[in-house]
Amino acid sequence: MPADAAPTTPATSASPSATAEGEARRADAASDRERRPSGWTARYGDAVPWLVLAAVAVALVAIYGLQPVAQTTLNGLSFGAVIAIGAVGLTLVYSILKLVNFAHGDFLTLGAYMAMLAGTAWGLPLPLGALFAMAVTAAVAMSLEVTIWRPMRRRRSGLLQLLLISLGIALIIRAAIQFAFGSQLHTLDVNVTDAYSFLGLTLGHTEAVVMTVGVVTLVALALGLRYSLLGRRMRALADNLELAETTGINTPRVILWTWVIGGGLAGLAGILAGARSSISPEFGFQLLLPMFAAVVMGGIGNVFGALVAGLVLAVGIEWSTLAIGPQWKIPVGFGILLLTLAVRPQGIFGTARTI
Amino acid sequence: MTVSAVFVADIDFWVSVGLLAGIFAVVGLGLQLNVGYTGILNFGPAGFMAIGAYSVGILVLEVGMSFLLACLIAMAISIGAGLIIGLPSLRLRGDYFAIVSIGIAEVIRYSALNLPDVTGGSQGLFCEGPRCWDDSWVGASDGINGVVESLGWADPPILFPLLLVVWVVVIAVVVTLSALQRAPWGRVVRAIRDDEDAARALGKNTFLYKLQSLSIAALLGAVAGLFMAMNLATVHPQDFKPLVTFFVFGVVILGGMASYWGVLAGSLVFWVVLEGTRFVELPVTDSQQAAIRFGVVGVILVAVMTLRSQGLFGKREEMVLGD
Repeated sequence: MPADAAPTTPATSASPSATAEGEARRADAASDRERRPSGWTARYGDAVPWLVLAAVAVALVAIYGLQPVAQTTLNGLSFGAVIAIGAVGLTLVYSILKLVNFAHGDFLTLGAYMAMLAGTAWGLPLPLGALFAMAVTAAVAMSLEVTIWRPMRRRRSGLLQLLLISLGIALIIRAAIQFAFGSQLHTLDVNVTDAYSFLGLTLGHTEAVVMTVGVVTLVALALGLRYSLLGRRMRALADNLELAETTGINTPRVILWTWVIGGGLAGLAGILAGARSSISPEFGFQLLLPMFAAVVMGGIGNVFGALVAGLVLAVGIEWSTLAIGPQWKIPVGFGILLLTLAVRPQGIFGTARTI
Repeated sequence: MTVSAVFVADIDFWVSVGLLAGIFAVVGLGLQLNVGYTGILNFGPAGFMAIGAYSVGILVLEVGMSFLLACLIAMAISIGAGLIIGLPSLRLRGDYFAIVSIGIAEVIRYSALNLPDVTGGSQGLFCEGPRCWDDSWVGASDGINGVVESLGWADPPILFPLLLVVWVVVIAVVVTLSALQRAPWGRVVRAIRDDEDAARALGKNTFLYKLQSLSIAALLGAVAGLFMAMNLATVHPQDFKPLVTFFVFGVVILGGMASYWGVLAGSLVFWVVLEGTRFVELPVTDSQQAAIRFGVVGVILVAVMTLRSQGLFGKREEMVLGD
């Protein structure tokens, strides 16, 4: 049985009344039809991952007690905001361009360093610095699309070529950052002392802000993708790029917006990650592995899946610190991915559709 | 900014470049087999190199095995690792396998970092006092240098025998792999690269061939890793970061896709450039120098892929880099 992800349904509409809006809405309806296997897997298959998660949670509570499990879950949700936002940016680009963007991690790094720069050079408070940083990452992503990705797509370049180019870009961005700022650790200007206590749990002030910003961003993103015109167009492109091109959707413009959003999200994820810990030229790339894991776990190209998988993966990683040391976090995250791939290669969270 | 041109005559520089080029040529040849000839996106070379280096180091220093036996066992372990990695993941699509392979390499590196009792942790393994893992090699090495001296060369560098061995291995591997390519095995492998479904439809067990290809790359990676351990006299997790895998990719695409001799040329050019930058005295700090090094690799990757994707010696017809 091939392990490939969702088979795409052929576009249904051939009617001459296909306007851009109409086609987008029809693609909307088409992607809403769940493409699942039939039988008991259809009814219960999607619930299995959640049951497994619940079972693991119950087992952990039995072994370690409720408070540690709840505390690590809280930490995991805060870490998860970072991973989910980063994974969503990755998968958005993949869904439309089928490109695994190795440079995504270094966009995180770029965002964090730009926010730090805005703070130290111009004294901007972090929220404003964050806006500046996201503008920079979005602009860099946009200019790369215009100068490199679009010409390479026109030349019908293959998967490996684009992947290696993204790798090269990653190294160039990282080299520039290390050259400009040095390889030592830096910190963003955040409040690390204040904390909230409730129900026997503690949540740092910064962590609470990260979670809030994360939740707001992810909700806004989900709503935007579902209901906004741009969101519908992006989903149309993700479903079938060539067809979307023929229906009058301005595909280069939509792709550009995808890069802007993806780049901005990466910058935001970098700032949120930097707020939780210190930053170095490599820290974004180090987070790329859990993000890749979340993207694959959620079903590659599935934005909602990446979002949920990012949160679940981060919580799982934090749970592991109950049993083994924190230096194993990254391998644990990867181990969770391998387990997922062994059991359900098309992705655990999210169904077999593109977005 | 001054360029110290003295390096051109510095024999130690060339021996060091030659060693790095040879080591990366060995692992690059395995990568070429995977990516250029089989169509497997193997991002795990650093992991296989780590297996080779750490196996030899641990077996000799902590288990007390003889060097040659340790080398053989290290190669066997690596082939085994290739099988274990390949069995579940080679059925996945290309980009998934890239992610899985880089993840596994990182798990190997983190394991080396986090198990200090076995691997020396962040200190790594190094030769303790008079004992080194290549003590028996040192004897052979001195013997080779003795022969070289008797041929007229007054004072050969101490690493010269290693350089010879590495390049003998490189040439042997190129000859073997090229022969494999001309054989029926090679044709099936190329068919898998071009269109796996078609190959399967013709009744070929493509999974088995891909597994064999990966195992060969694992073996070559381990050999390169143990050469690296002999070259550096230390085994350190820092030497097996993903950046090393990216360097290997740089070597292979510079030389050109689907060309074994190209890997040699690419590796030599790559390392002459990278090591040569040490002699350009810029007013920069160490970390900035390091940044320039991998920045240059990034530029090479982007430039080759955008301007001349077949590299120096690749063949356009063999470049089925699409999906």
